Amino acid sequence: MKIGIVRFPGSNCDQDCHRAVDEGVGAEAVYLWHKSHSLEGCRAILLPGGFSYGDHLRAGAIARFSPIMREVIAFARDGGPVLGICNGFQILCEAGLLPGALVRNDSLRFRSYPVRVRVEQADTPFTSEYEEGDVLRMPIAHGEGQYVADRSAIDALESERRVIFRYVDELGQPTEEANPNGSARNIAGICDEGRRVVGLMPHPERVVSNLLGADGLGVFHSLIGSVRATGDGTATQALEAGDGPAARAAEAPATQAAEAAEASAP
Amino acid sequence: MSGSATRAPVIEITPELVADHGLAPDEYEQILEILGREPTFPELGVFSAMWSEHCGYKNSRPHLRTLPTEGPLVVQGPGENAGVIDAGDGWGVAFKIESHNHPSAVEPYQGAATGSGGILRDVFTMGARPIAILDSLHFGSLDSPRSRYLLDGVVRGVGDYGNCVGVPTVGGEAIFDPSYERNPIVNVMCLGILRLEDLMRGKAEGVGNAVMAVGAKTGRDGIHGATFASEELDEGSDSRPQVQVGDPFTEKLLLEASLELIERDLLVGIQDMGAAGLTSSGTEMAARSGSGIDIDVALVPVREPGMTPYEILLSESQERMLLVAKPECESSVAEVLSKWDLEAAVVGRVTDDGFFRVRDGGEVVVEIPVQPLVNECPTYTREGVEDPEVRRLRALDIAEYSGPISDQEAAEALLTLLDSPSLASCRWIYEQYDTTVGTNTVVGPGSDAAVLRLADSGRGIAASLDCNGRYVYLEPRRGAKIAMAEAARNVACSGARPVAITNCLNFGNPLKAGTYYHFAEAVAGLGEGCRALSTPVTGGNVSFYNETPDGAVYPTPVIGMIGLLEHLDRVVPSCFLTPGSTVVLVGETGDELGASEYLAACHGVVGGAPPQIDLEEARRLVDFLVEAAERQLVLSAHDCAEGGLAVALAECSLGGPDGPLAVEAELRTEAPAAAALFGESQSRVVLSCDPVMVEEIVALAAERGLPVAVIGSVGPPNGRFRLAAAGVQIDLELDRIHDVYRSALPRRMEKQAGLTT
Repeated sequence: MKIGIVRFPGSNCDQDCHRAVDEGVGAEAVYLWHKSHSLEGCRAILLPGGFSYGDHLRAGAIARFSPIMREVIAFARDGGPVLGICNGFQILCEAGLLPGALVRNDSLRFRSYPVRVRVEQADTPFTSEYEEGDVLRMPIAHGEGQYVADRSAIDALESERRVIFRYVDELGQPTEEANPNGSARNIAGICDEGRRVVGLMPHPERVVSNLLGADGLGVFHSLIGSVRATGDGTATQALEAGDGPAARAAEAPATQAAEAAEASAP
Repeated sequence: MSGSATRAPVIEITPELVADHGLAPDEYEQILEILGREPTFPELGVFSAMWSEHCGYKNSRPHLRTLPTEGPLVVQGPGENAGVIDAGDGWGVAFKIESHNHPSAVEPYQGAATGSGGILRDVFTMGARPIAILDSLHFGSLDSPRSRYLLDGVVRGVGDYGNCVGVPTVGGEAIFDPSYERNPIVNVMCLGILRLEDLMRGKAEGVGNAVMAVGAKTGRDGIHGATFASEELDEGSDSRPQVQVGDPFTEKLLLEASLELIERDLLVGIQDMGAAGLTSSGTEMAARSGSGIDIDVALVPVREPGMTPYEILLSESQERMLLVAKPECESSVAEVLSKWDLEAAVVGRVTDDGFFRVRDGGEVVVEIPVQPLVNECPTYTREGVEDPEVRRLRALDIAEYSGPISDQEAAEALLTLLDSPSLASCRWIYEQYDTTVGTNTVVGPGSDAAVLRLADSGRGIAASLDCNGRYVYLEPRRGAKIAMAEAARNVACSGARPVAITNCLNFGNPLKAGTYYHFAEAVAGLGEGCRALSTPVTGGNVSFYNETPDGAVYPTPVIGMIGLLEHLDRVVPSCFLTPGSTVVLVGETGDELGASEYLAACHGVVGGAPPQIDLEEARRLVDFLVEAAERQLVLSAHDCAEGGLAVALAECSLGGPDGPLAVEAELRTEAPAAAALFGESQSRVVLSCDPVMVEEIVALAAERGLPVAVIGSVGPPNGRFRLAAAGVQIDLELDRIHDVYRSALPRRMEKQAGLTT
């Protein structure tokens, strides 16, 4: 079972994700180059943190047009599990796979420290090993992590149980003080309607060992368990499909824009 | 834009032009002798840059030569892009420090960012993957809007650059003193790890091998930055054109591409085009190899048309590297760079005639023998004379301050000290730094030393940055020895054995006798420290002319100490973690308030002699700490430094990840109260341990000939902080001191930004 980690120019948590998959849970991790058109048969995709394309324009705004993202978008629409961490979350929002956007922290400063997040839903491929209500300690490190969306979108996320992680205090309460960036309703992570695409700002891949804290390990264990469980189901077939057809499945406007971006990418 | 250097009109070399290039008449004579003719204008520029203080170490070299640079673990000493030590099992640690004081004084954000960029390149050109950055920041008082502006910009600059490249900033220091008001000290240290078989050097070997310029294009920015760094900042100091602009995104690509080139064994040598750009990288690479180099500036990719050979040779545009490819590897090199969307151009060839030859299309515009250019920069040994004012301040009678104080005065003094930005929590700073990217950070900022994972070896690397400029100002030799001892102690508190240093020597104008005296004495002190602690120098940086019309900064030789930790799982934290543990003080507390933060912050006095330092005792204390960690005798160890025992204990109490813990302690001492509580006697460490370990710790300390005393115990959360000494007791609520300690920086800084958090 291969887990693909996309490397954009400027990705800087790619190696940490690799290590979390490889040493953390003993699965095979492969890098997928941003210029590539193939997911190489990977059964799940991780979009790592960093500053893809230098965060030029807006965080994630250019990455979403990179060749590999066409495949990732198609893969996700076919039900393949995709996790975006930090910049990866920003890319998923920019790509329209997740609703809302991540804007400048309300402090207007980069913030980096360990936060507590509560697992709100345990029925995604990335949280199934946790119990709802579990409080995890993970670092954040971002300048643009304030989750925003219009009220109806937020209400929909809540009513559809699509808020997956929430910033909380030591008592597990989503207080204002526990919110590091001003995110709406202390949202730290969400999923798509199909519950297979998850994005979060904190970094589970940085806490997967006894030495540095292991609260993030569950994310990767959940993923492995979930991919195993899907076995040869429909999602898996889509996963194995890889290139060509998936690209065609992508929305036409996105494709055109992607080509335009490719031409002008730095 | 393709490179086509514009033919410059022939410029006559006049004495004024020579002087404008910072070259003395006798230095110009030497140039005439080397060339056997008058230099061309570009040649004058090349000499000016290479013989600037920044590149040529004119005034420092004779002293630097006295420093020990060899040791069993030193793989690469000074003279390369970075020093390298052998960390065992085939692993090496590359590390170096760099100053970016003048650029940061003018444009704090870009000044600091490009400082980070340069030091990162110095480390990854050795074939090492950078895993940590530390920064030593010295600013003026935060009461001044200018200092707040500078701190804000520098922190953003260091942060954004490292955050983007994906190298965590894991430690350092922030000191505030009026002497740095208009000339801040911004020193950035980087360390990286490598497999020693991949060690790469800045060489230009193999006649005919391609010399390639890679990375960003060359623009008109930062021309003569090296010369700029070698002058005082004057009234206007609107020197923005000499400050470069950093692009961490390109840096990240350059980092990955360089490591890939090195891993695929495609290179002979590689060097950052840092200060003095193409000139210094080209000539230094040739000088190391005893070769020559032949470059055509018309082949250098440039950012704008019309650039002259002079400008291309001296541009300090950022994120550029010069490399020499192995034979037949040019196309593979180009392929790797293209994969990372980077520019690469063959700009010349290695020769064996020993000349740095630069062509502009067909015409030769520079032809200088490399060896004298690089290795025969004139050096000067001057006479240093101690400034009588310094002598007067050192001799100041401070006895009146060490005497009896009331309980309330002592409590207020502690609160004042914890509110002093130099001693207060640096959280406001390091929360703007990504401290954990790369998953190597075992101990991050806020501890005595940062501790990093050494890949999967089970071992660790500890690093600290230290310098108390006030000590060095009042007594340079002793101050430098204290800086060495403190850096070693910080590293040893984590359980690591200190093994080597890099240093950044920040001083004023060396042509002034008082400054020169400070410099010479401080370097002598460093040498003594290095020898006593067996920590050789593997490289560093000298930054002179940190001086404005208001005067020089405190002499600030910053020490970057590296240590190795045998068992990472035995790493010792610096703060109290366990209620019920016993508190032990190792070391002697004397009547030593001289040069202290207490005198400065509570009485507005800078004076008295800095505390005594016995390097042999410092060495024994290091041995004790390393052994105590190895035998797992202690739960925490924290250096007792600025602010004395009271501040050290408060830091132990407040620093824990889950909030403060109460302390109940009493020190029995002959010293008068203020000195006992706030004096900065050296070679002291506050330990906490399981009560059953006390006996073994006392025995181990005795074995090492170190004074040791059980002084109290750690209490529960939400209690009080109580410390008694010499008949005086400080008794404060934990919450109160915690609030003061953590709000000192944000209270001052967010007011400036108009923000509240």
